[in-house]
Amino acid sequence: MKVTKRTFDAVIVGAGGAGLRAALQLSESGLKTAVITKVFPTRSHTVAAQGGVAASLGNSEEDHWHWHMYDTVKGSDWLGDQDAIEFMCRKANEVVIELEHYGMPFDRTDAGKIYQRPFGGHMSNFGEKPVRRSCAAADRTGHAMLHALYQRNVRANTQFFVEWMALDLIRDAEGEVLGVTALEMETGEIVAFQSKATIFATGGAGRIYYSSTNAFINTGDGLGMAARAGIPLEDMEFWQFHPTGVAGAGVLITEGVRGEGGILRNSAGERFMERYAPNAKDLASRDVVSRAMVTEINEGRGCGPNKDFVLLDITHLDPKVIMQRLPGIREISIQFAGTDPIKEPIPVVPTCHYQMGGIPTNYSGQVVAPRGSSMNVAVPGFYAAGECACASVHGANRLGTNSLLDLLVFGKSAGETAVEDVKKSTKAHKDLPQEAIERTLARINRLDTQKDGADAHESRLAMQRTMQNHCGVFRFADKLKEGVSKILDVQKDVQRVAIKDKSKVFNTARIEALELENLIEVAVATMISAEARKESRGAHVRDDAPDTPENPNGRDDKNWLKHTLWFKEGNRLDYKSVKLTPLTVDTIELKKRAY
Amino acid sequence: MDEERGARLRRLRWHCRRALLELDLMFQRYWRRTGDDVDAATEAALERLVAMEDHDLWDLVSGRRETDDPQLKGMVEKLRQV
Repeated sequence: MKVTKRTFDAVIVGAGGAGLRAALQLSESGLKTAVITKVFPTRSHTVAAQGGVAASLGNSEEDHWHWHMYDTVKGSDWLGDQDAIEFMCRKANEVVIELEHYGMPFDRTDAGKIYQRPFGGHMSNFGEKPVRRSCAAADRTGHAMLHALYQRNVRANTQFFVEWMALDLIRDAEGEVLGVTALEMETGEIVAFQSKATIFATGGAGRIYYSSTNAFINTGDGLGMAARAGIPLEDMEFWQFHPTGVAGAGVLITEGVRGEGGILRNSAGERFMERYAPNAKDLASRDVVSRAMVTEINEGRGCGPNKDFVLLDITHLDPKVIMQRLPGIREISIQFAGTDPIKEPIPVVPTCHYQMGGIPTNYSGQVVAPRGSSMNVAVPGFYAAGECACASVHGANRLGTNSLLDLLVFGKSAGETAVEDVKKSTKAHKDLPQEAIERTLARINRLDTQKDGADAHESRLAMQRTMQNHCGVFRFADKLKEGVSKILDVQKDVQRVAIKDKSKVFNTARIEALELENLIEVAVATMISAEARKESRGAHVRDDAPDTPENPNGRDDKNWLKHTLWFKEGNRLDYKSVKLTPLTVDTIELKKRAY
Repeated sequence: MDEERGARLRRLRWHCRRALLELDLMFQRYWRRTGDDVDAATEAALERLVAMEDHDLWDLVSGRRETDDPQLKGMVEKLRQV
């Protein structure tokens, strides 16, 4: 079957921060650039980012990119690539000042400079004391960033395809990426986008977990497409969790609640943190609190009919304090937990927040994959940036405010590299291989004709519960092993999902089924990668890899200082070395990660 | 329901996909409760709400900000029904 073809110099999938920053680079260089996005650009999940963007501007006190680099390597638990981390930290000032020139309304000092505030893990002088490095626009940094970038793109004539869903990468027999197939929601039509450069900026896939802070759009579409096209996914076992999401909903309850005196309790009403952290108690670090909560639940002291959450109690606080110092918490609890925290405690669970792994790239934004004896060969025509990519700057654990920096630096870098590649190419667009397009049509056709198939909602729930119970914030060998078998069963169900609605126009059932096909790839990659990594590092914490003198914090550098690569075909795993050599400075040597 | 209105409601549902999880959950709960049983006035009010910026919409829905607009006020009250 023939499909309509649209031809561009570059096609970007996703219109959050990374996609818009990449698009700007391409459009301003005069290339014909298309952006495909499921939702209007300023409704991308970047909007939810509040904390700010890290840059060692030194506006409030002395700071240096090398200190920022040290913090990021340490935060990553030494799994981050030191060349990419140096690149990002050195570029930070440039991309933030550029954004300021685009009209981003940063908070200001009295002297008119960008105001900077401290943020967890960011220190001066190689870990000595906290430093003011985060640049924010009130609590709407992501929102302001998207607006500034979107307006600039409109001016640069970027062509937006809003309410279109990219479906598959188009890759030829030589492995070159030639564009994507996409679905126009308004008509149900499938179109082939032909391009010399294809950039993925599709965000994370936090919806693989039952409890997730991610909006519903975060379905890992880029990761699913890459995996189906034979591209590996890197370090997918590393997911950042927040200890207190509302059970069953995922909405975050800020750490400020415990700061104001909130207490975590188990089913017996016990303040269990006294046993795990006798000094800091409920104010212990995120990972300690999360692990304690999971231990309580696993040992049968969880609350509710399924004993699957603990309680965050602020009933002992003066209601006036709750109303004044914790605005919004009462409303969140009433709306999403069905309890008024003035009268009853809030049910909470550790909740998935950010994906550290993704599509493997180098610091130029090129997607890289093993070929022959080399592990990092650029895939021609293919680039990725932002949460969907793994450069890898976050390694095993991301520092706050480095995510907005990641998408600015690597969005721009991927755009720059794509511009160079397109401009030096003298050849016309290659013909699109019909079999790649047929693969998309076959997926759509299967959905439209599947009889007696599985229910998409049930399958999604089964996936999310399996991930939450078997591959959550605290991991156990037997649960992971069982989880692999369970998630592969769920995958079989997803492959036979049926939809009742066969309409063409805005068929949301079809879109959600297609999203589920992407999510399940990420879920399988995560479970298999996590089961295989027999150490604790950063956000991947295993019960059978505890803190010992030989392996502090359970980290086993002798055997596991390496990146995981998961391939869809045969669920195969491979590993590649971490780049420990920075671009210009000395290696930041391995040591125990302690704050 | 005719196909044209059905398509319009499906589009409206898609526009309830937001950047913030809080709003996704509020709209999901609303649609689960009402199904396609949405009259023209409600449809119009919803269209106005989904055209808002996410943070502004959440401020309204979470009660941090009030509106005097009766159409929006009524719709926000429906969304807030637990």
